[in-house]
Amino acid sequence: MSNLSYEESKKRVRYGLVLLAVVTGIEVLISLFGKGYMISSLQGNIIVLATCGLLIAVLSLYKAYFIVYEFMHMKYEVKGLAMSVVLPMLLLVWAVIAFFQEGNAWKSRRDEIQRRNALPATPAKQGSLLPPHTYQMDWKG
Amino acid sequence: MANTDTALEHHVHELDHQGDDAWSGAQSPFKVSYGKIMMWYFLLSDAFTFAGFLITYGALRFSSPTWPVPDFVFSTDPFGISDYFGKAPLIFVTFMSFLLIISSVTMVRGVQEGHRENKNGVLIWMVLTIFGGLGFLGCQAWEWTNLIGKENMSLTRNTFGTHTAEGYYLDHEGKKSAETFREGESYLIHRHAPGGHSAEHGAQHEYKQGDQAGYLLDEKSFVHRKFVYTAGAKKGVTQTEQFGPAAFGALFFFITGFHGFHVFSGVVFLTIIALNVASGVYVTRKNGYEMVEKIGLYWHFVDLVWVFVFLVFYLL
Repeated sequence: MSNLSYEESKKRVRYGLVLLAVVTGIEVLISLFGKGYMISSLQGNIIVLATCGLLIAVLSLYKAYFIVYEFMHMKYEVKGLAMSVVLPMLLLVWAVIAFFQEGNAWKSRRDEIQRRNALPATPAKQGSLLPPHTYQMDWKG
Repeated sequence: MANTDTALEHHVHELDHQGDDAWSGAQSPFKVSYGKIMMWYFLLSDAFTFAGFLITYGALRFSSPTWPVPDFVFSTDPFGISDYFGKAPLIFVTFMSFLLIISSVTMVRGVQEGHRENKNGVLIWMVLTIFGGLGFLGCQAWEWTNLIGKENMSLTRNTFGTHTAEGYYLDHEGKKSAETFREGESYLIHRHAPGGHSAEHGAQHEYKQGDQAGYLLDEKSFVHRKFVYTAGAKKGVTQTEQFGPAAFGALFFFITGFHGFHVFSGVVFLTIIALNVASGVYVTRKNGYEMVEKIGLYWHFVDLVWVFVFLVFYLL
């Protein structure tokens, strides 16, 4: 296992507790800041919101790294094991990009449908889909 | 019996030194036991399941024109905690997160004591971990009860809607009231208790069924208030509060429920293994309480997933 002594590893655990608690606290503060709870003029500011969101996501990833590598002892395992668990996770990077893009596309389709539904209906002219000078036979029964 | 064991151990020992035979079953790869490797790969697959759910949440959120603001939806807490702080959004879930982090830390301590073959140490830290897990489940039970019982959220109904522009509410008689709202602000559609006044806010109005001047009371006795936007495309048009995107309720209950079920099964397994520790089963194995280490991996994973559930549902 790890080469740390008992006392050292106990210290690592205390450090881990403080780190995770502080990072979680910071995340909550950033989240509330981004939504304009602290400075009300920032409310609805999309750039601030996006930046804060990105920051919180990065901090969460750091927390995940810390839990896996420190608490779950991945740091002290053979590299092959670590890679066989961590590398497949990279697939999720693509999944996130693809599905968020997809969700956005659904939204723009819906918006487009609503926009067109709201347009005033224009009565279609008889045979308007046919090119001009096309001979049309009437149905006489 | 003792003879057979010795013979087998001797055989295994021989195979250990045959590098090219490593995959024939005698020596586990990556220098960890099979049990731990399989726990890692189970957790990997479970991570993909959770990732699938959370990405679904993201995709549906992106596809909706509005989405309930989490710090409005989750601004409730038990025992009137927010009465002391004024408005304190997210305080309750932050407390829940701390609980899980602390129980993760006690788990690490348990595993460490296991490496020292300290039976009582393992037991104490495992019991503390179990309490952490139970505390988290209790908090979640309160949160769900509040959402279902008081705020009338269900799998198919989301009582939290969101305004797309700024404006003001109409009062009971359909005249302009002093109550205004900003763009992107969420509202909760309350249920009118029949024969009495509204259960929440203690409003004294008697509501009439149907479409009224200032509100709409639907057949399930939800009071949809009326409002007017003062900006945007629908400026000046009187509108009625609509339910929010229905997927929100289903996603919330399904994902936090799935996570809560993981916590629950974790507590069950921790209890079983703690009982085994107490009975001295692992003392005889002399493998540094590896079973505790394996359930520890699972327990940290549950904490890890909560990091992302917390991120996606509450912070963003």
